[in-house]
Amino acid sequence: MKDKLNSLKEQALGEIAAAGGLAELNDIRVKFLGKKGELTAILRGMGTLTAEERPLIGQIANEVREAIEQAINQKMSELKENERQEKLNKETIDVTLPGRPFMIGKRHPLTTVLDEIKEIFLGLGFEIAEGPEVELDYYNFEALNFPADHPARDMQDSFYISPGVLLRTHTSPVQPRVMEKKAPHIPVKVIAPGKVYRRDDDATHSPMFHQVEGFVIDKEISFSDLKGILLTVVRQMFGADRQIRLRPSFFPFTEPSAEVDVSCMSCNGSGCRVCSHTGWLEILGSGMIHPNVLKMSGYDPEQVTGFAFGLGIERIAMLKYGIDDLRLLFDNDKRFLAQF
Amino acid sequence: MRVSYKWLKEYVDIPVSPEELAERMTMTGVAVENIEYMGKNLNKIVTARIETISPHPNADKLVVCQINTGSENLQVVTGAPNVREGQVVLLALVGATLPDMKITRAKLRGVESFGMLCSAQELGLDPENFPPEQRNGILEFPGDTPLGVDVKELLGLDDVILELELTPNRADCLSMVGVAREVSAVLGTALKLPEINVTETEESIDGKVSININEPELCGRYVGRLIRNVKIGPSPNWMQQRLQAAGVRPISNMVDVTNYVMLELGQPLHAFDYGKLKDQTIIVRRAEEGEKLYSLDNVERTLTSDMLVITDPAGPAAIAGVMGGLESEITDSTTSVLLEAAYFKPASIHRTSKNLNLRSESSMRFEKGIDINGCLNAANRACQLIQEMGAGEIVSGFVDNHPSPSGNTVIRLRPDRIKLIVGVEVPGDRIKEIMLNLGFNVKEDGGDFLVEVPTRRGDISLEIDLIEEVARLYGYNNIPITLPEGASTEGRKTEVQAAVDRILDLMTECGLNEIITLSFMNPRNFDMLNLPMDDSRRVAVTVENPLSEEQRVLRTTVLPGLLDILARNSARKNKDLAMFEVGRVFVPVIGEKLPKEILTLGAVVSGKTPGNWQVRSYEMDFYYLKGILESLFRALNISGYSFVPEKGNHAFHPGRAASVRLNNEDIAVIGEIHPSVTENYKLNERVYAMEVNLEKVINACKGLKRIEPLPKYPSMERDMAIVVQRDVHAGEIIDDIKKNGGKLLKRVELFDIYEGEQIEKGYKSLAFALQFQAADRTLTDEEVTDAYEKIRNALSQTHNAQLRA
Repeated sequence: MKDKLNSLKEQALGEIAAAGGLAELNDIRVKFLGKKGELTAILRGMGTLTAEERPLIGQIANEVREAIEQAINQKMSELKENERQEKLNKETIDVTLPGRPFMIGKRHPLTTVLDEIKEIFLGLGFEIAEGPEVELDYYNFEALNFPADHPARDMQDSFYISPGVLLRTHTSPVQPRVMEKKAPHIPVKVIAPGKVYRRDDDATHSPMFHQVEGFVIDKEISFSDLKGILLTVVRQMFGADRQIRLRPSFFPFTEPSAEVDVSCMSCNGSGCRVCSHTGWLEILGSGMIHPNVLKMSGYDPEQVTGFAFGLGIERIAMLKYGIDDLRLLFDNDKRFLAQF
Repeated sequence: MRVSYKWLKEYVDIPVSPEELAERMTMTGVAVENIEYMGKNLNKIVTARIETISPHPNADKLVVCQINTGSENLQVVTGAPNVREGQVVLLALVGATLPDMKITRAKLRGVESFGMLCSAQELGLDPENFPPEQRNGILEFPGDTPLGVDVKELLGLDDVILELELTPNRADCLSMVGVAREVSAVLGTALKLPEINVTETEESIDGKVSININEPELCGRYVGRLIRNVKIGPSPNWMQQRLQAAGVRPISNMVDVTNYVMLELGQPLHAFDYGKLKDQTIIVRRAEEGEKLYSLDNVERTLTSDMLVITDPAGPAAIAGVMGGLESEITDSTTSVLLEAAYFKPASIHRTSKNLNLRSESSMRFEKGIDINGCLNAANRACQLIQEMGAGEIVSGFVDNHPSPSGNTVIRLRPDRIKLIVGVEVPGDRIKEIMLNLGFNVKEDGGDFLVEVPTRRGDISLEIDLIEEVARLYGYNNIPITLPEGASTEGRKTEVQAAVDRILDLMTECGLNEIITLSFMNPRNFDMLNLPMDDSRRVAVTVENPLSEEQRVLRTTVLPGLLDILARNSARKNKDLAMFEVGRVFVPVIGEKLPKEILTLGAVVSGKTPGNWQVRSYEMDFYYLKGILESLFRALNISGYSFVPEKGNHAFHPGRAASVRLNNEDIAVIGEIHPSVTENYKLNERVYAMEVNLEKVINACKGLKRIEPLPKYPSMERDMAIVVQRDVHAGEIIDDIKKNGGKLLKRVELFDIYEGEQIEKGYKSLAFALQFQAADRTLTDEEVTDAYEKIRNALSQTHNAQLRA
């Protein structure tokens, strides 16, 4: 019986090794180990054995069963692995073929620049205000301390809608509008982005363009604070190693007033075509809010002070992306827009 | 303003180079825009005398000159028509450079030539500044001119011009002395102003000149001086050179003096031919409506009553502050001159010069404001120069009509206020020094300063103006950098701003490029859009002074901008376009000064989606765009809207347009653009567009308040295919299904539409996937069947719908 078992084992192992598929292997399992299988058939003859032989043969039979089972399992994982490999091989694709095309839309570069500026100021605790594009002369000029006969109030430079109503020429009218609402509340930290309009149309001027106005009103706000905010903003916008330079200038609604230059990002200040070989790029106008402006909109200039600044978005977009013709920004050519 | 560095140095010590001066001035508020090095292209050009001239052996039009440069004799061949023996001319030596050429040793028709005799053009000079006979030939100089003198020295071209870009408040820098004062304040160096004293004749002006100001509002002061025995001739070289450096053409001694003093002191002057003034009387009055005058430029000007004129009893002699009249002009035969130094109101001069479209150096200065207390001084300075030049004799005394004289302003300047505004403590001594350097008198008062500001600085009337002076001269870049202290603030977007951001995100994620177009449009677009005459969109805000008809009105719809851009792209062969814009449209409101500005989203698609070997491209059609709009609503958590067929919007295809309704309001329109409209915009392909009122949309977007719990029990799906008449709208069926599905119906999805052989003609089959679910139990078959049957019955009643076999 022992011999029978051993030869059964040999036979089974041989067939297992030769099995070519999972189904065949399953047949082998049934053939040898199933209820009607060969091993069972042999074990049926156990009754003929002596009491001494029985445990011995039983042990051998178990060993044979285990050996066959193990061999089947091993073979099974081998076969599974082979099958998977085969499947994977069959599934090979040409990964160099182009992928499925999706349509991707882009924000307009001016919007992207505006977004970036908004984020910077939100981080500095500014809120975002808006104002009408068709504006009263009062907010556009008078409340900003423009004298009645100031040249900017000419029909020459502004689009008029009716007497006393025009397309705002800057985002500054949002200043008095916000102040009127907030006075005498402090602190006020606001930016006001938007479209503005001037009667100019050539290679470097568009009759409509975009500005961001910003202003801060509080107790003891000084020119040095203006410098600090501007430096922070410029560095976030153009890089941590940028410098700023302030030049005295004139705006009716700020005093002292300053033009702000940033060290040229193209040449790092050594002078190049972009900065007309000066090393500096003019990017914004700013100053301390004129006491008359504070007064007209409800603040006491002896109690509070403030600063204001305004920057042109087109200029910043042009600098940032190396756009040399302003008109490209309003041309809206798909090939241009798709690049951003 | 062109400032000659050489001339400027006469009035103020400048121990620095022109470049450094320019930098220092720019950084303190008077910007130097450009530095021009005069004569920088002129080298090795000297005065020389033509000793002899002989004919050229081989050329009729050329001559051979023997020339003396003072140090050598040279042979030069020339073709100049005005060449003469004994002439002193400018010789460009071998090796010389001129703006457009280099001089080398040459053989002209076989004769050697060692240089070139120069004309004005060759030197890069304006021939009009030289006598007529020299304009087409070589320049000629007086016989006693030393030989061998460099052209730059001779013509004053050894100079540097600083071009100032003045801000409107700095009218005081429209004169050499004004700039000198600024330089003195910036560098802290000494001023050297010209001493003015007039040598007068015995004749007195009393009774010889009468000046009446009828409009003291417009003419604050009028000073007159009388000059006799006038000898008109050229002005001296030094004066001509300075005028030219400043960009003013020399004319004659009398005119040149008025221009010179204007440049020097900033006070425009006018010289009248005294003999031509009727009754020796000047009347300053408003012009009569339609009154006419020939101005100096020989143009007949028609005047209006808001223009100020200088007249004699016979009529106008000059347009005040703008330009003189031809009739009283100085001529070669003038013997007596009445010199005017006046102050005119800036706004009046500005208006007059604008209305006449006539700008002059004089009007430009009056317009910006001159020093009313400088009139007499300037008149005296001109008299002094005339007398010194021997161009005339000065009658004793002057007429000064100055109705309401005003003195200097005194302003209190508080050092602690400087500290507050500027953010740095400027020492009292420094403040005082800055004021004194500006020429302002200072008195200390308590801890403050009382600063006396002269009238020449019309821009300074408040303490803040003085603080600015301190800040700029202290140096903006010496002010420290700090950050605002005080209560912190929270920076955040408003709900509307955040929603607009989300919309921009969604639209770009859906594959549309954002565009930005002008808010203006041509009213012709209303016709191009097929809008009926009574369409409300035709009521637009009109621009009174547009740059062109293209920009006549403000848009009431974003469609024209989008269609224009589409057309532009397609003309450039950019195909398959999907674009959107978020911007305001402007709707006039009756009784309001300002229109309503409505934030609007517009979008267009035309062409196909991208496709390749992997996926077929398909047309971006109505449902493509509708899907985007529905995604937008989903992104904003907006529900309860419906798409209603829209036949009344003539810009759209009548069978392919819908109004989108929400809470009984139209919030959007979407559809295929009407083929005649696409034709109007020169678009060849079908275009689908939508225009969405974002104000209403954002208003409806409530945001997510609380989440709905996830279902605990399984859902059951049933399909329902029905056959209905072809013209029944799927939307109505879906509404009916929802209405009749009860609480258990969770979702309805239309997954198939079929028309064709299997279906009777005029009918269509719609197949819906219905999902049923309860929150508290697993549904039984019977429950679902009941709900299903209820829907089916309802549909069969309302739409005569048959279940499809």
